[in-house]
Amino acid sequence: MSVKNILIVGVGGQGTLLASKLMGKCFMNIGYDVKVSEVHGMSQRGGSVVTYVRYGEKVYSPVIEKGEADIIISFEQLESARWLPYLKKGGVLISSTQRIDPMPVIMGKAEYPEDILAKIREKGVELVELDALGLALEAGTAKCANIVLLGAAVRFLGIDKEMWVDIIKSTVPPKTIDVNLKAFELGYMA
Amino acid sequence: MNKALMLGNEAVARGLWEAGVNVVSSYPGTPSTEITEYISKYDDIYSEWAPNEKVAFEVAFGAATGGARSFCAMKHVGLNVAADPLYTASYIGVNGGMVCAVADDPGMHSSQNEQDSRHHAIASKTPMLEPADSAECSAFAKIAYDLSERFNTPMLLRLSTRVSHARSIVELNDRNEVGVKEYKKDVMKNVMMPAMARGAHVRVEERLRAMTEFADTEAVEMGINTLEYNSTDIGIIAAGTSYTYAREAMGEKASYLKLGMVNPLPEKLIKDFASKVKELYVIEELDGIIEAQCIKLGVKVTGKDLFSLLGEYSQSTVQTALTEEKADFDTFDGEIPPRPPVLCAGCPHRGLYYALKGMGLYVSGDIGCYTLGAQAPLSMMDACVCMGASISGLHGFNVARGKEQAKKSIAVIGDSTFIHSGITGLIDIAYNKGVSTVIVLDNSITGMTGHQNNPANGFTIKGDPTVAVNLEALARAVGINNVVVVDPFDIEGTKAAVKAELEKEEPSLVISRRPCALLKSVKHEKPVTVNADKCIGCKACLNVGCPALSFTKRENGKALATIDMTQCVGCGVCASACRFGAIEKGE
Repeated sequence: MSVKNILIVGVGGQGTLLASKLMGKCFMNIGYDVKVSEVHGMSQRGGSVVTYVRYGEKVYSPVIEKGEADIIISFEQLESARWLPYLKKGGVLISSTQRIDPMPVIMGKAEYPEDILAKIREKGVELVELDALGLALEAGTAKCANIVLLGAAVRFLGIDKEMWVDIIKSTVPPKTIDVNLKAFELGYMA
Repeated sequence: MNKALMLGNEAVARGLWEAGVNVVSSYPGTPSTEITEYISKYDDIYSEWAPNEKVAFEVAFGAATGGARSFCAMKHVGLNVAADPLYTASYIGVNGGMVCAVADDPGMHSSQNEQDSRHHAIASKTPMLEPADSAECSAFAKIAYDLSERFNTPMLLRLSTRVSHARSIVELNDRNEVGVKEYKKDVMKNVMMPAMARGAHVRVEERLRAMTEFADTEAVEMGINTLEYNSTDIGIIAAGTSYTYAREAMGEKASYLKLGMVNPLPEKLIKDFASKVKELYVIEELDGIIEAQCIKLGVKVTGKDLFSLLGEYSQSTVQTALTEEKADFDTFDGEIPPRPPVLCAGCPHRGLYYALKGMGLYVSGDIGCYTLGAQAPLSMMDACVCMGASISGLHGFNVARGKEQAKKSIAVIGDSTFIHSGITGLIDIAYNKGVSTVIVLDNSITGMTGHQNNPANGFTIKGDPTVAVNLEALARAVGINNVVVVDPFDIEGTKAAVKAELEKEEPSLVISRRPCALLKSVKHEKPVTVNADKCIGCKACLNVGCPALSFTKRENGKALATIDMTQCVGCGVCASACRFGAIEKGE
């Protein structure tokens, strides 16, 4: 099997790392070679953050380049626009409808583009949009928006749903298992 | 096979544990920090955070002299701080093995420069291994101890952001309990005075020759340096991440000499590989170090003529340079505003900067989260060089421009950075009758690298209570008579206190004290609220630069201040900025 590429993008502090960790673990358990590349340090402080998840028979590079991602999971609309060039032709963009203004927009030095997701859809990109934050709140806490998005992405991965449920159960803190499983289910059904 | 998906840094820690390492001392620095954090979870290894990289290196080297297998980790610029002991430790050699991991940051994700640490390996004549993924991080860490003890040398382990912070699969093995070797007094070996050092230098040059021979022979058998012959048209020499990019882009269209040991380089192997391919390329991020060595060996290669000296590479860097293939993708039509990192909502640094904004100050800055205050709208920094330079740099600036300038100049430095190398600058100011005003931003943690305890916060690496440096007493002890403590959320009080210290023709230390808002121990207030009747939409509150505060159109069409309830922690700094009392405490 050729290497599959999943890009997870968002804003520092949104919890993008847990989703990539769960994916990495699941792909390894299936028997694939895996590389997950993360961003730590300064960029995490409210900046645009990206995590690369790659799996297949043998993975060399830890990063994903423009036109290579089979799936982009985006936690925020503007980040969907920013990272769109990384999507492979025919790939799937899963985007939360959440909007977080970056500092230049807050300061009035730049405009937050209007109708981002509609414009992306017009290009013929396969787009799944969902209110991950709203669904997370429905599950019990805003903190599990990442698991909602994971749930939405899993439908495109062709891997048995139960495997993901097991990975979530064995990875998240025991007290949060129920809320995370609910979040996963809501994302999966979205 | 027992295996796990591990961060490169976690895999280094695992390798150290398996190698039987006993003593670890480090100073945090992205992207190296997690190695020592993971180490601290092993109860059979002594670990500590040192005040700086020089101390960390010396602690590890002392432990190696004492017979233990020891380790220290730092970021690339940290090795500059530890360069002094490194260069002489290379002469002395070891008793128990010693490894120093140094993590480079091509692309500067979280650094002030992108220097190439291989220069230090060459200049200090210290052997250096460079893993390309997590499995090699663990394996090379273990090999490094065998080489350290066999060749009587400290070893460098070069990492980079994409190795340190990438997860891949690692094989897990048991710990090899090597214990602590016997220590025998040996003045000729361990005391570096001119007479002894002359002899030591001879041994260092002999060692380099022996290790070059090793690189050509055993290193291949051991899988440190590897050869993959495919096409004879293109040959690629690469190491670390650059190898992974090259292999990904070129697959079986090229042959590869992958170097796991980047100092010293295998001379015969390079010449032999070169003779078997038509076109030879060296692909290496940052400086052309392997390329220069090839040229010295008389081998014709293409390197930096084709590949940049700047930033990170990727598979597409290699693809663009060596193939006709072009990526195909969609782009968003329209301007995409950048999203730079910002001080968090509730960050105490924001309060201090906002209090002093508008005073027309020259601000000599330093390395940490607070460097983010250089950006608009706070724009509270005029200079930032390296750890500790804020204080010494301010002193120089004030000496050059006179006492009146000193009344309009401050240095800002974090608690951990102050301990790291700020205190020496403060001593310089006191000793040389300087008049500068220095502000320590004491948030009780090493923040930017992800919350490490430090000598000023009263906790060890394992979270156990310990003595804390008393910053006030320390400043007085070195001769600073004016020491005041302010709360950065008390905007008016902070402003008045700093003004008073600036007026004095004596040096002052102001401690701006409030813990980092992200610390679990910090209790947050309810989010503030905007009173729509009082808010006139003047946007003055935006000058605090808080990510939880923006302007949105309300039902009546008026744009008013709006609080992001998921981010706001109720610090109230924005409320101080509102002349109309429109931002109110949350209930």
